[in-house]
Parts: sequence; structure tokens; C-alpha cells
Amino acid sequence: MGFLKDQDLKLQDKSNHGSCKNSGRREFLKRAAKAAAIGSTAMVTGCQTAGLLGSKEELALQFQEFFKKHYRLMTQEERDETIARLEQLAKLQSGENFQISSRKPIEGVLYGYAFNVTRCEGFMECVAACVKENNLDRKSNTQYIRIFEMEHGEMTPDAGDGKYFKEVPVEGHYYMGVQCFHCENAPCIKACPTKATYREPDGIVVVDYDWCIGCRYCMAACPYEGRRFNWNDPQIPKAEITRKQHYLGNRLRKRGQMEKCTFCVQRTREGRLPACAEACPTGARVFGNLLDPDSEIRFVLKNKKVYRLREDIGTDPKFWYFID
Amino acid sequence: MGWISAPFMVSPITRKHKKTHEIRELIMLQNTFIKRFTHFVLDCIRWNLTGGIGYQAYLSSLAALMVLGVYAYSFQVHQGLSVTDMSNIVSWGFYISNFTFLVGVAAAAVMLILPAYLFKDKDFHKVVIIGEAVAVGALVMCLLFILVDLGAPLKAWHVAPIIGLFNWPSSILAWDVIVLNGYLMLNAFVPLYILYCHYHNQEPVEKWYRPFVFLSIFWAFAIHLVTAFLYEGLPARPFWNNPLLGPRFLASAFAAGPAVITVVLVIIHSFTEFKVRSGIFNKLRLIVVISAIINLVMLFSEIFKEFYFPTHHSLSATYLFFGLDGHNALVPWIWTSIGLNCLATLILAFNPGKNHPAVLFPASVLLFVSIWMEKGIGLIVPGFIPSPLGEVTDYLPTWVEICVALGIMGVGTFITTMLMKPAIVIIQRFEDSHGNDTPLE
Repeated sequence: MGFLKDQDLKLQDKSNHGSCKNSGRREFLKRAAKAAAIGSTAMVTGCQTAGLLGSKEELALQFQEFFKKHYRLMTQEERDETIARLEQLAKLQSGENFQISSRKPIEGVLYGYAFNVTRCEGFMECVAACVKENNLDRKSNTQYIRIFEMEHGEMTPDAGDGKYFKEVPVEGHYYMGVQCFHCENAPCIKACPTKATYREPDGIVVVDYDWCIGCRYCMAACPYEGRRFNWNDPQIPKAEITRKQHYLGNRLRKRGQMEKCTFCVQRTREGRLPACAEACPTGARVFGNLLDPDSEIRFVLKNKKVYRLREDIGTDPKFWYFID
Repeated sequence: MGWISAPFMVSPITRKHKKTHEIRELIMLQNTFIKRFTHFVLDCIRWNLTGGIGYQAYLSSLAALMVLGVYAYSFQVHQGLSVTDMSNIVSWGFYISNFTFLVGVAAAAVMLILPAYLFKDKDFHKVVIIGEAVAVGALVMCLLFILVDLGAPLKAWHVAPIIGLFNWPSSILAWDVIVLNGYLMLNAFVPLYILYCHYHNQEPVEKWYRPFVFLSIFWAFAIHLVTAFLYEGLPARPFWNNPLLGPRFLASAFAAGPAVITVVLVIIHSFTEFKVRSGIFNKLRLIVVISAIINLVMLFSEIFKEFYFPTHHSLSATYLFFGLDGHNALVPWIWTSIGLNCLATLILAFNPGKNHPAVLFPASVLLFVSIWMEKGIGLIVPGFIPSPLGEVTDYLPTWVEICVALGIMGVGTFITTMLMKPAIVIIQRFEDSHGNDTPLE
């Protein structure tokens, strides 16, 4: 791709000297991406007069997207470029304006989650909030969170009912939420042949959607059923799309890509709670920084009776259940 | 072309009396290599395209299968993997099942290579190239089955070493990429070199290809064990997380693979001038019987473990053999497979036809089909059922999956045919010009 660069730079210069002297870095990058796109279109199509047609620009952007690197290997500049391309593509394809963030982990933070099985009453507000926040496919009804209705005396969700549709809570039952546990020793990371799924420094296990080849080995490796595959083209009503997105989080996925709960990376790295924890009407969901001794999650781990699912296989999840 | 000619440029000369001869040969080969190779390729193509009406019909039917496969795959291109019956619960299906089985068929070529090259068994030496052609066809099918199973097949380069990001040595799938492609190279280029020499009426130089033959013997075990470890290494799936899986893979492969080769040899024996001695059939039969018996013993051991004291981890086996929560799609499938397997093993063991092709052929087909049923769908699908969170669901391949699989099998059969037909001609010509009892080395 080196041969593209000279031409790209020239075009970038041109656009920079033109009308956008005072515009910000983002605007500059957008223009740069556009210019680069035109440059590579000329290379791809072999015509010297750079095509300014939308479809050609789209094609060029997609061409560049196809050859981009793994997110972890990109410099901040390359990350900004790919985000500019993705935002531009969304604009060209559906007229949407998205803000995709590449915000880095906060220093000294390790996220953890605790779920109060005594408090949860199975309303599934968390599920609805998650679907909305994370732009989950409505066609296949994808959900990251599953709530199991359990009889007292049962401990693991495979004994419970994960498909209930009725008035809750039901006498003699309790409710248990299951999602990706962001294991410290995650079998999915070990399995992935392309390192598309990996652990960020703040402990969340993420998928680089555009690097994933869709082999689904991670899905076979996950002992908690935490992963979801896009079997079809995801569909979301335009009005319901969450426009504030993160590259590793809730940006729109494509067919053939793996996805999963990211502890709402687009929110939590800004210091907010994940959508599920915010939506929970009973306060059953506790989220916080495991490295902060004054955090609520540390209080729970210290003072409550906590347990984790399938401790026997040594995955070391950062998701605890607790009893009041 | 660059690296095909590479062996000719290396001259590890050790013995003096061969020195002059080899240098002369080296110069001659380098001068005329391209011309000679072109002749070789053109003749191979010519032999492949000529044949009776039956052969032409056979090729046409393979072409029809491939077209069917492409047509079915176009649906997958347009709508994604949602046209299959796979789901977030059963996330691998018919494609990966066939892949798993065919790895075994590919690995089984070693059962001919080992005696032929290591023990210099003349019978096997005559047919070893046919085993290698079957292996190449099977490997191409394996790689295609993986490719059609990918959600983003255009990004398959992400898993290539160097240009992609290779999770090696952590991911067993990364290991599998290496061993499958490596075995394909070994099984393609060693026979190519030998055939090329025979075509030009020369003895292949043993020290050039022998190291690769040894390597391919180890490699054959590697492709099968690595593929078994793909499943064996997942604590999330107790049905696979079982140390017997690897050895059982080997045993079933060494039964199914030589059974396929027997079938192919019977076909060649009946339809071409290439006659296969009954001694070869007998030796293959013995290999098949011994492997099939070891396989059945291990199957029995597995069944004992699952059902003597059933635990939570036995639910997948319960689903497979008896059904679970009203779902029992695989129950008739697996019992048919076990029945056929026992029947075929008995026929081959007692050998009522005294190695007559009319008996060997159906028995080998039965054994092959029974192991395909068991090592394919019978192994992959129950691994996912019940899901880690306890859901039970049935899986049934859709017409798209079946037609794509048929197309891939068409490709594999076509490639095997294209490799075997010229190979047979070349072997025959070489034998005729050297007399029948010349050792083929």
C-alpha cells in the first residue's frame, strides 16, 4: 500500500490548504480519509481523474477498511483514520451520523461485576437496556444478557428456565443473570486463531469485529455461552440506533462477526455505569473498579457471601454472584 | 516454479563415484527443466481429458456437483450463515463435521507411505501414489470446508502467518492451519517429483525425497492429533474434553482411510488396465480390520464411562445415544452408524469373499460411511448439546449446507481423479520399460 501514500499526502495537502484551515483534527482527518479514498480509487479503477461519485468513494473506503490492521497494532493516528472512514461510510451508506470513540482504558482500573441474586426479581429491564445501548440485532433477537428463573435449591443456570415470559417474581423462585464474565483466564482468547478477541488492560475481553474471521472457535471454547454470532445482517430500526459508539463496543457489526458484552466500554471508560447496571430497578447489579479499595464492588466482595459459576475450570471470571 | 527446481540446485554430494554423474545430470536438468516440465504438465492434462464415454460422463457429473455447490454457496454469500441450521447453541454443523472426518482420510495415506517407503513393501509401493492422491483430494476438501464455514471468508488471510496475526502457539486452530497446509505440500510435491522422474524414464534420487517422506509420516499423525486437540482442549465441552479423543481419531482414520483407498483401488482395478494384486487388498484389509477393532474397543470404553455412572458431563452422550428432553434427532443416526460399523468390521475380519473385490467393495463402503456418520455429525453436534446453560435443541443441515458439501466433495473427487489418472499412466509406462520386478525407488 506504500505506493498509495505519496498521492494520498499530496491530496491531503491540497485539502488542507483549501478551506479548512481552522477546522479541528477530526474534520481534518475526515477530509484526509476522503482524499485518501479518492487517491486509492484512482489506483483501483486505474483512471487518473479521481472519481468524486459517492459509490466510488464508498468502494475506496471499503477497500482501505479491508486492508487495515488489527486494532491493537494500530497507532493512534491509524485508529483515527479508520474511525474517520467508518463514520464516513455510515454517512454514505445510510446518512447516519455516528461518533465512534477510540478512548483508551483508564489507568489503574480493573472492571468487575457483582450480581445480587437476592434482589433480582427478573424484570429484564437490563436486557432491554443492553439491547438498545449496544445496537444488538433485532432480527435474530440477539441478547447479551440472559436471566434464568431458578427454584430455590438450584445453583447453576442449566437447571433454571431461561425462556420465561410471565409475571415476575414468582413465589419460591429467584433470578440469575448471565452474560460474558470477562474471565481473567479466558478460554476464548486462547482459542481465537487471529487474536481478534483479547483482553484490554482494564480487564474487559473485547472483539476486534473487523479482524474476526467468524470461525466461531471462541464460541465452542466459552463455558458460559457468553458470545453471540451474527448469522445474518444485523438490523436495527434507524430511530433506535445508539449513535455514541466505541470501536470495541457498540458500533454497528456486520454479518459473520462475533460479538459479546463489553461491559459497555463506550460508557464505562467515560466513568459511567454499564447500561444494564443503570437500568436495574432493584439495585441487583453492582459494577466498579476492583483496584479501588473504596468501591462498592470491593465492599461486596469483602462483606457478602459471593460465588462464581464453574470455578472448577479455573477461568477466573470477574463476575460474582452474591447473597444478601 | 522457483522452488520446484530448488532441489536440483542443491548438491549434497557425499559419494565420489556418483559425483560426476550427478553434476552432469544437474546441468542437464537445469538447462532443460522448464521444457521438460511443460511436456510433463501438457501430457498430464491430455491424459486427464481423454477417456471413454463412461469417463466423460463421470467427469461431467463431478462438474455438475461443483456447479450445484457454487449455486448453493451463492445463497450463503447473499444471506450469510443464517441459511444454515447452525445457531448460537449448535455453532458448528455439517461443514466442520465433514472437515473432521476428512482430516482422517487425509492422514490415512500414511498407512501406505509407512510400509512402502520405510519397510520397502513392493505391493504398497505400487499403490502409494494413489494413497497420496486421495490425501491431496481430502486435504483440499478439508480446507474448503473450513473456508465455507467462515463468517468472513474474505478475511481468511488474517489467519495466515506473517501477513495476518497468528495466535500461535496458543490457538490450536492456528496449529491446524500449519499442519493441514504443510501436509498438503508434502503430499503434493513428493509424488510430483517421483512422477516427474518416472515420466522422463529416470529413477528419482532417493536422498532428495526420502527426508520429506519421513517428515510426512510424522506429519500425518500430527494433522490428526492436532485436529483432535482442537476439540479435546475445550473444558467447556465435556463430550470432547476427553483424552481418548485423539487416539480414537487415529484408530478411526486408519480404518476409514484405507477403506477409501480400497474402494478407489477396486474402481481402478475394474475400470482401467492398472491391475491391483490381491496381496495389496489383503494387506489393506488387515490394516482396516485391526484399526476398526481398536476403534470399537475405545468406543466401548467411552460408552462405559458415560453410562456406568452417568454424571452431569454425560448429558451430551445421553443426547446422542438416547435423546434428551424429547430431542432425539441423532439417536437413529448413531445406532445406524454403530450397526454398520460392526457389520463391516465382521465382514472384513472373516473375509468371506477371500479378498474378492465384489465383497471388499461394499464392506469398505459400509465401514467408510459408518465412520463418516460417527466421526462427523455424531462427534461435532452432540458436543454442543446441551449448551453450557442447559439448552437442548436439534440440528438438521439445510439444503444449502448439503449442496455446498456435495460441491466440495465433487471438487475433492475431481482433484484426486486428475492426480491419479496421469499417475497410473506414468507408473505403467515406467514399469513396462523397466520390467515388472524392478524395485520402484
